[in-house]
Parts: sequence; structure tokens; C-alpha cells
Amino acid sequence: MATITAKDSSRAAAKHAGRRRPRGKGVNRRPNWVAGTMSVVWLVIVVVPIYWIVITSFKSQSNYYAENPLVPPAEPTMANYQLVIESDFIRYFFNSVVVTIGAVVPAVTVSFMAAYAIVRSSRGRFLRSTNSLFLMGLAIPTQATIIPVYLIIIKLSLYDSLLALILPSIAFAIPLSVLVLSNFIRDVPKELFESMRLDGASEWGTLWHLALPLTRPAVVTVTIYNALTIWNGFLLPLILTQSPEQRTLPLALWSFQGQYSINVPAVLASVVLTAVPILVLYVVGRRQLLAGLTAGFGK
Amino acid sequence: MTVPPIPARGSASVAATPGGQGRGLSWLAVPALLFFVAFAVIPLFGVFALSFTTWDGLGEIRLSGLDSWKAVLSDPGLPHALWVTFLVIALSWAVQTPASLLLGTFLAGFQRYRAVLAVLYFIPLLLSSAAIAITFKALLDPNFGLGAGLGIPILVQDWLGRPVLAFGVVIFVVSWQFIPFHSLLYQGGVRQIPRSMYEAAELDGAGRIRMFFSITLPQLKYTIITSSTLMVVGSLVFFDLIFVLTAGGPGDATRVLAVEMYKRGFMANLMGPASAIAVILVLVGLALALLLRRLGGRDQTHSQLEGA
Repeated sequence: MATITAKDSSRAAAKHAGRRRPRGKGVNRRPNWVAGTMSVVWLVIVVVPIYWIVITSFKSQSNYYAENPLVPPAEPTMANYQLVIESDFIRYFFNSVVVTIGAVVPAVTVSFMAAYAIVRSSRGRFLRSTNSLFLMGLAIPTQATIIPVYLIIIKLSLYDSLLALILPSIAFAIPLSVLVLSNFIRDVPKELFESMRLDGASEWGTLWHLALPLTRPAVVTVTIYNALTIWNGFLLPLILTQSPEQRTLPLALWSFQGQYSINVPAVLASVVLTAVPILVLYVVGRRQLLAGLTAGFGK
Repeated sequence: MTVPPIPARGSASVAATPGGQGRGLSWLAVPALLFFVAFAVIPLFGVFALSFTTWDGLGEIRLSGLDSWKAVLSDPGLPHALWVTFLVIALSWAVQTPASLLLGTFLAGFQRYRAVLAVLYFIPLLLSSAAIAITFKALLDPNFGLGAGLGIPILVQDWLGRPVLAFGVVIFVVSWQFIPFHSLLYQGGVRQIPRSMYEAAELDGAGRIRMFFSITLPQLKYTIITSSTLMVVGSLVFFDLIFVLTAGGPGDATRVLAVEMYKRGFMANLMGPASAIAVILVLVGLALALLLRRLGGRDQTHSQLEGA
């Protein structure tokens, strides 16, 4: 391709850098009606419910029935948010934070160590069978093992604690994390490992000073994927906790909804409030977040 | 520095450093292995063992032979739950796949307005199933929902109170939640198709639709298999969404296997039969995953290396 210097033409080039670039040649200039219609329909389907949740959460319960549901409130109120916060949502938020950090950090750490060992050693039968075990683990639906997990948690006297949520979350995060991380560690040139070894570095040192810095994007991706999965998890808290003090946000949402089902604006305020932290992250690091969501599948 | 081509899986052994470092490295995998064995492998065998016992979830666990299996297999609830699960899998696949394919292809273009749309499209990915289910439950409420508020009669239905409608709502909400994820997969897939293929087709005078069916679709074969596998295996274990949205109701219209398992185990305190259902769930999941892999003719775990 010829080098383009003018600003406008480079923008045009970027615009057409996609697969429809040949359009410029004039063959395919017709507007793409099918795609256009479809994209608008899907936009409406996605945006209307979200818009409705947000505006309704600022309406008072009495105005909610009187006003057109798709018109923003004439007198916005924070009362619903106040009710949600008074219903102990701050505590649930911190529970979710504790469980997410408490599970993701160890999960990614042990997965990284395992992935490193699996990639670096090919002789060990132990590591090879460990790898196959993790690969098989990808196919096991975690929901199906929940009853024995419940039994184990009871036997460990951890029922109704945050640790009860953290331990199984770590285990369930391992197979995919190891798979993705080992694929990236495998891409590190062998010479680098070799020169580290000749310099007298230990495997432990090589892991932290060579492999980790070179695979940082993959580590971030895996961290985000696991964090979202655990943050949004519902089944483990439902089964492994009982008292309100140990609730995480999704479970708290569910019981709040059961309690205030008639008060639609308050229920929707709780939904908005629990989504805000993730939406903030989405605005800050959209690319990383989306890459994280398809960790291991998107390549 | 010259970098040799990075060896794929199979040839990794050739490049390994001499001196048999396997033993010195093994301990690095031990912590992950311990967690995984304790909370995934043991439970997997445990659920099989528990299906031959009687347990109410609190008291003693007693061996009871095939009682739980007999109870589960003779219950008309099981074929019904299997059928509902199958319907959810089939219909949600049939709705999601074409929609995600088209949206993914659309979003693969680099035009700025498409990037803006993508930001909005992907929002459902971020919300928890509980939040999505609660939102739609409120939105579809016949007395307090959006339809009632707008006063449009056709929208004022007892959406979650009538079996057929409730089933349709489940499929719709599932699609709402997961189409963005699969679009993202397809977007990545389409962007990897060599542009020269389209240029050549264009020179030959192929139109947009022809190019979609002759280039995009065949080139996306492995993405379609990956996406379908995730959809099918994933919809087998939809629990959060259906549990919060309909709790399996009305009656048992949307009672999929996972909800059936929860209800028997944790509401009726029949852990034995619930474990039997969990075993069925595992077997069906494995069978479907193997079937899809066979159809694809390629190991899913290899696709990342070769596609990279």
C-alpha cells in the first residue's frame, strides 16, 4: 500500500482498513441495508431495557405509576438509592470485593505457576497428566458438582463464611486460566529461557522476572475474566451461605427483589448500583475487559 | 536476534532444556493441582458416590443402593426436565447463532460508528445473570411493568405466568445476555480472515451476500464450532438466570435439569436423587461436547495455537 501522508486520507484508510476496504473501488458502494436494519433493531433491544432501568431508578414510587415509563422523571429522587444503601448494600459490596480479590489473586498466581511448569517441562509425566486433568476440567459443568462441594464445605466447618465462597471459586477458575496462560508462556522464545538459565537464574526467578513480564497482557486478561465471573456468581453464595451478613451482591439483589418486589424503582436502583462498579471499569479499560471476557476463546 | 518459529504443542519436547528439569519444576504445579482436586475432582467422584446414598443435607449420609436412581428414573419430572433442557439448548442456539454471526460480521468492520455501537452492544456482558433476570422480571410485570405503563395492550401479557410465553421469555433473555459474547467471538474470527480473499472475490465480481456465504461463513467454521460448543454446554447449566426469572415455573414449564437438581437437593432435601440428576447433567454435557468436537474434526484446545 502506498504511504499516505495527508491526515484525511489516512483516516479514510483506517476507516476502510477492515474487510470492506475494497469498497473504495466502487463495486460495493451500495448501503448495506440488512446489516443496517439489524444493527438498529439490536441497539433498541439492548438499550431500551438499560435506559428504562436507569431512569426508573430515579423515580419515586408514586410517580412511577403516573408517568410515562420511557420519559425521564420530572422530579428525580435519590430516595431509592438511599433505601438500597440502608439495606446494607455497602456490606454486600465489600463482601463481593473480598470474595473476588480473595479468589482471583490466588487463582491466577497458582495457575501461572502451574502453566509455567507445564510449558517449561515436557519430560515430567506428572506435569503432563496434570495438564490433561485441567483440560478435562474445562468440560465439567461446575454446577453439577455443587452438592459434594456443599458437603466438603460443611465438613471443613466453613459453611456460611466468605472463605466457603473463595475456595471453590479458586478451583473452578484454574482450568481455563492454566490453558490461556500456558498458551501465552509457550510463545516466549526459548532462547530467553536458555540465557536466563546460563546466567544462573533459578526457575523461580525466571518465572517472576522473565515469564511474568512478557505475558502480562495474558495475566491481565485472565484476571479480568475470573474477576467478572466471580463477582457475578450466584450459585455458590446461594448454596454455601445463609446469613444476610455473608451475602454477596448478586444474592443480595435477589433477596432485595423478593422483599420489595412491588417497589419497582427501588429494585431497579439496586440493579443499577450493583452494575456501576463494572460499568466504571468498562469505561476505563474497555479493550482489556472485552479481551478478558473471551479469554481463551477469542483468538 | 533471530527467533525460530515457535514450536506448537507437539514439538515442545524437542526444545526443552536438557537435563530433565521436570522434577525440579513439578512442585510449581502442586498448589493449583491441590485446589483443583479438592474442589473439582473429588466432588466429581463425590456426586457419583452420593447418588447411591440417602442424605437430607444435614444429617447422616446412608448408603441406599439404587434407590435414588430408581426414584429419579421413574419420575416423570426427569424426561420433562430433559425435554425442557433440550428445547432451551436448541432454541437458544437457533436464535443466538445467526444473530451473533451477523452482528459479529457487522462489528468486524472498522468504521467509527460501528465501534460506537459495539460499546453499547457489549453492555449486557457485564451484568450478572441475577441483575438481568430481575430487570426483565420487573420490565415484563403485567401490572407494574413497561407494557402496563405504556398502555400498549399487546405488551400487557402475563409473560411469566403462561407456560409458552414464559418459555419464550427465557429464550429471549438468554439471547439478550449471551448474543454480545458470541458476537465478540465472531468479530475476532472475521477480523482474522485474510483481506486478500475479499479483494480477489471482489475482482471476480462477487456481491456482498455471495462473499458472506462463500468466504466469511466457511472461514468461520472453527469459530462457529467453538461458539456452538460454549452455547450448548453453557445452556445446559443455566441456573442463575432461570432460577431468578421463573424459578422453573409456571408449574414446570421452564424447569431445566439444573433447576430440577437444585429444587430436589436444596429445597426438598433429597440430596441422593439430586446427585443422580447432577450425574446425568455431567454425562449429557460430556456427550454433547464430544459430539460437537467430532463434528468439528479438530481438538478445540488446539485452535488457539494454530489460529494465533
